[in-house]
Amino acid sequence: MPGRNTGQDKKAKADAPGSAQRKEWELRLYIAGRTPRAITALANLERICEEHLAGEYRIEVIDILKNPQLARGDQILAVPTLVRKLPQPVRKIIGDLSNKERVLIGLDLRQRTESRGG
Amino acid sequence: MKNSKGKNKGIPCVEKCPTGINGLDDITEGGLPRGRTTLVCGGAGSGKTLLSMEFLVRGAQEFGENGVFMSFEESCDELAQNVGSLGFDIQDLIRSKKMAIDQVRVERSEIEETGDYDLEGLFVRMGSMIDGVGAKRVVVDSLESLFSSLPNETVLRSEIRRLFRYLKEKNVTVIVTGEQGPAGSVGLTRHGLEEYISDCVIFLDNRVANQVATRRLRIVKYRGSPHGMSEYPTVIDGNGLSVLPISALKLAYPVSNIRVSSGIPRLDRMLGGGYYKGSSILVSGSAGTGKTSIASAFANSICAKGGKCLYCSFEESPEQIMRNMRSIGFDLAKWHRKGDLQFHTVRPTMYGLETHLVKLHRLVSDFKPDAVVLDPVSNLAAVGDTDQVRSMLTRLIDYLKSSGVTALFNDLTSGDQANEMTNVGISSLMDSWLLLRTVESNNERNRMLYILKSRGMAHSNQMREFILSDKGLDLVDVYTGPGQVLTGAARLLQEARDRESEENELKEFERRERAILEERTAIESQMRALKAKLDTLKDEDAYNARKESGRKKRNNNYREEVSAHRQADIKGGR
Repeated sequence: MPGRNTGQDKKAKADAPGSAQRKEWELRLYIAGRTPRAITALANLERICEEHLAGEYRIEVIDILKNPQLARGDQILAVPTLVRKLPQPVRKIIGDLSNKERVLIGLDLRQRTESRGG
Repeated sequence: MKNSKGKNKGIPCVEKCPTGINGLDDITEGGLPRGRTTLVCGGAGSGKTLLSMEFLVRGAQEFGENGVFMSFEESCDELAQNVGSLGFDIQDLIRSKKMAIDQVRVERSEIEETGDYDLEGLFVRMGSMIDGVGAKRVVVDSLESLFSSLPNETVLRSEIRRLFRYLKEKNVTVIVTGEQGPAGSVGLTRHGLEEYISDCVIFLDNRVANQVATRRLRIVKYRGSPHGMSEYPTVIDGNGLSVLPISALKLAYPVSNIRVSSGIPRLDRMLGGGYYKGSSILVSGSAGTGKTSIASAFANSICAKGGKCLYCSFEESPEQIMRNMRSIGFDLAKWHRKGDLQFHTVRPTMYGLETHLVKLHRLVSDFKPDAVVLDPVSNLAAVGDTDQVRSMLTRLIDYLKSSGVTALFNDLTSGDQANEMTNVGISSLMDSWLLLRTVESNNERNRMLYILKSRGMAHSNQMREFILSDKGLDLVDVYTGPGQVLTGAARLLQEARDRESEENELKEFERRERAILEERTAIESQMRALKAKLDTLKDEDAYNARKESGRKKRNNNYREEVSAHRQADIKGGR
């Protein structure tokens, strides 16, 4: 995996200059070491973001083994945890993000009622 | 622990981690199991958080073992404030890196579960804090709140199991708190935490009986160690938590042969020198028999000899006692000003027995008196039944004895009660028992004192009349004439009567003595006169004899002269 050397791998995917004024999604994925579950979670996240938020998101991967104090700041208990810092309000999604429907609900990309119906 | 070490040399046994909490180390015989996890459970407000926090604070302050507090309920500031009232400065400990607090906050509403996860975040946070301060002690308060914030109980349970393993590997001594389950539930805790913890379980309880709340602590189990089994009363006060073992459980106090004066010289003589130092003395009697006076005499004597005395009064204010005792010649105010005499006056109903006991413990350990007076212990019956009071006093006596403090307990007996009985049933705990009573006769009441028992010393079996005057206390012999015991005015009267007849007899004796002397003198003078007469006669006799021999001589001479003249014969030829 690229970016192993730092705890915070910034993967800015905002490419098009025209998208600057559009609302930006700031996502943080907390993991504890590059475990298979962490890798799955990151892959799932990137796929979902590309599908639904192409060009409007930033993912920051934080390895709490390297920066334990960051886990305290965001009240991380479970790993992996995805934290939606922006847009407000803050949302937390735990697990390896394999359940795409629930991730979308967690990120407020889909209405709760809608998901329950389908 | 010392015992088991001595018995099983070389065999490993559970190592203890001292909590430093008053009394808890006594009943656990040394502390919590080191390197293992202890579950502290109990209902809301039973003192779980406080016990855990004190474990950490004392560990850091007294045993050089730093601690980590992981709170799932209160924030760091709240915790600091809550225990600040007990004199624990958490913030200071955190600043000096002796303690770390982390609040774990999980809002279920902001969590969405999407697939597999574990609680590595919790482990990492705990691990980083443990390593950060080099912690030897960890508190998790309370793990059970995770059950309400994380949806997947299966994951949670396996992670909790993993957490305990992890903490064991970290070689830290852990306290985990757990909420008591609802009434009627089987387990000790709401979510059955006890199934993960097999080493030591402590149960806290806060019960209300007779409008008095009593905290209790019980060790449900303690694998690999002997421990006290009972429910122990527990008190939370300005110095933290105190567990009160019923007694030291062992009857092993240092004993002393030193005597301390009772302050009443005659009583000292009755006891053969005074009370033993470190013994317990019971003074019982009905109202107005002079119990407080005996206690004051004792306090006064202790202070006069340069000792310190703690006077606990459940009835009178210090001023009242000092004023009253001045009237019988004891200037207690002087000692009070000097600081040798400390008063502790409190209404018995002010708080429960346990709190009374703890207060007394504190006072004794701070003031370090040579003697303690409790006046009267029977008033404690207002806050508890006989058994409770007895158990409290047993513990108090135990404590005082082990500290070598001489204790004097006053006990008020009611008029219709048998003399040899105390309201609170403590007589068997006492070393010496002075019984005061009044005797009614001839229209007056007189105070009597006798020593009902006094262990380990020869003591008088006599009743004494007990007299209070402005010169102090004194004991006088009662009149024990033939067939009767008299006190008070009757005694005085009888004594006067006795004195009178005694005087008469003396006079008679003197008269006879004089008569004999006179007669003797007369005879002696007669004897002298006769002797003189005898001497005269002797003289006369001698004179006569001389005269006769002179005459004979003269006659001879004459005859010789004549014969010579006649020349009739030769000389001697007659």
